[in-house]
Amino acid sequence: MVNVAALRCKECSREYPIGAFNVCDFCFGPLEVVYDMDAIADIASRERIMSGPNSLWRYADFLPAEYNPLVDINAGFTPLIRSRGLAERLGLEELWIKNDSVNPSYSFKDRVVAVATAKALELGFETLACASTGNLACAVAAHAARAGMKAYVFIPSDLEAGKVLGAAIYDPTMIAVNGSYDDVNRLCSELADQYQWAFVNINVRPFYADGSKTLGYEVAEQLGWRAPAHAVAPSASGAMFTKIYQGLKEFEYTGIIDNVETRMHCAQARGCSPIATAYEEGRFVIRPVKPATIAKSLGIGNPADGYYALKTIEASGGSAVIAEEHEVAEGIKLLAQTEGIFTEGAGGVAIAGLKRLVERGEIQPDEPTVVYITGNGLKTTEIVSDVVKPILIEGTVSAFEQGVGVKA
Amino acid sequence: MATTMQRVRFTFLDHMIKQPVIYRMGHDFDVVTNIRRADVQEGVGWVILEVEGELEEIERGLDWVRSLGVRVDHALGDLIEP
Repeated sequence: MVNVAALRCKECSREYPIGAFNVCDFCFGPLEVVYDMDAIADIASRERIMSGPNSLWRYADFLPAEYNPLVDINAGFTPLIRSRGLAERLGLEELWIKNDSVNPSYSFKDRVVAVATAKALELGFETLACASTGNLACAVAAHAARAGMKAYVFIPSDLEAGKVLGAAIYDPTMIAVNGSYDDVNRLCSELADQYQWAFVNINVRPFYADGSKTLGYEVAEQLGWRAPAHAVAPSASGAMFTKIYQGLKEFEYTGIIDNVETRMHCAQARGCSPIATAYEEGRFVIRPVKPATIAKSLGIGNPADGYYALKTIEASGGSAVIAEEHEVAEGIKLLAQTEGIFTEGAGGVAIAGLKRLVERGEIQPDEPTVVYITGNGLKTTEIVSDVVKPILIEGTVSAFEQGVGVKA
Repeated sequence: MATTMQRVRFTFLDHMIKQPVIYRMGHDFDVVTNIRRADVQEGVGWVILEVEGELEEIERGLDWVRSLGVRVDHALGDLIEP
């Protein structure tokens, strides 16, 4: 592969050959993929991208794995929709909604898992694994099914069955672990060391994370080869947030687009806001928290990339914003009722965060803005179950007119 | 019993920053500690370290650290993702 040079520690910059490891032996810092960006610039072009498949694999030149049809269930290249109703409600002239809730397993996790799966096959793995409470499990199980790989999904034993039905349907080996989340974390760390599995967010995490770069590339392409002035994205581990910006900057470096001056805004919910709290307190030290948010898909209390998300905010001149818990459902409803898009808790946080950023004056009405909607509302219907309140009538026209308050 | 190794992150708040927690853990429990990276700022600090020993002894030591009010996490963040 021409474009991937090495793995490198994000802290001490030690380099490692390409392989299934994610942590620096010396300083325990996280590893990331290093690309030969000049080699990519030599071959990449808008035309080459546009002639590629209608999935994230159109950006294969910028990814750490080769396109492999065996794993392709069409993750990515999701719609970017020009907002009308929501933009008007918020007083914005150019608002765009990146609707990643329509991925194959209904969240952005399909992007990262698609890349991790392709790389896992390249590295000779036959088994995919993850520890998850929802979206990640669905994406891993779906991609393993497509690729003909074995899948192991670890879940906390107190998780409701309904939360992982979207994963179970693909028939992975699902293991419910007794104990705390810390116990599940420790077990998976030990298993990743002892078994020859591709644990998508552990030993192949550097490749996995780079799947989210495509959220930057796609928006730039769909905006007509330009970067927005603002990007608002929900954040859990902080990885997706940092990779969106990396994607935009790589497009700038390779000449695919000009002048990336995008300000990156990170949205978290009050009940789990370690990144946004550090930002508000002016610190680069993340204080881990115990997640207690209705937006379960953002429930990471000890975010692996929290520090790097803060650095991305700083580098881009962006900010972080906290949505109150009651605003999460309001955000979901507002998006659904103004744009016809039904998102889960993370999307509600993004919309509530966007609203606050506009109120704060961080986003001016004439500045092109993109808000990332990363998961589908059908996954968390309990958050908004109060919307179901039909008008009960007898089966007559008069009862209808009386009940609804209309007259023919 | 075989020895094992864990990579952990201690997060200290306020007054705990001044306490020799890591020294005492190595002294009072049968574990070897090895600091790899740290950042201590006003009011909050963290240390990433390797702890080696028998699993049960490591757990006893980490439980003691937690009992002091120090937060103990996996060094690379939460591995269980939504």
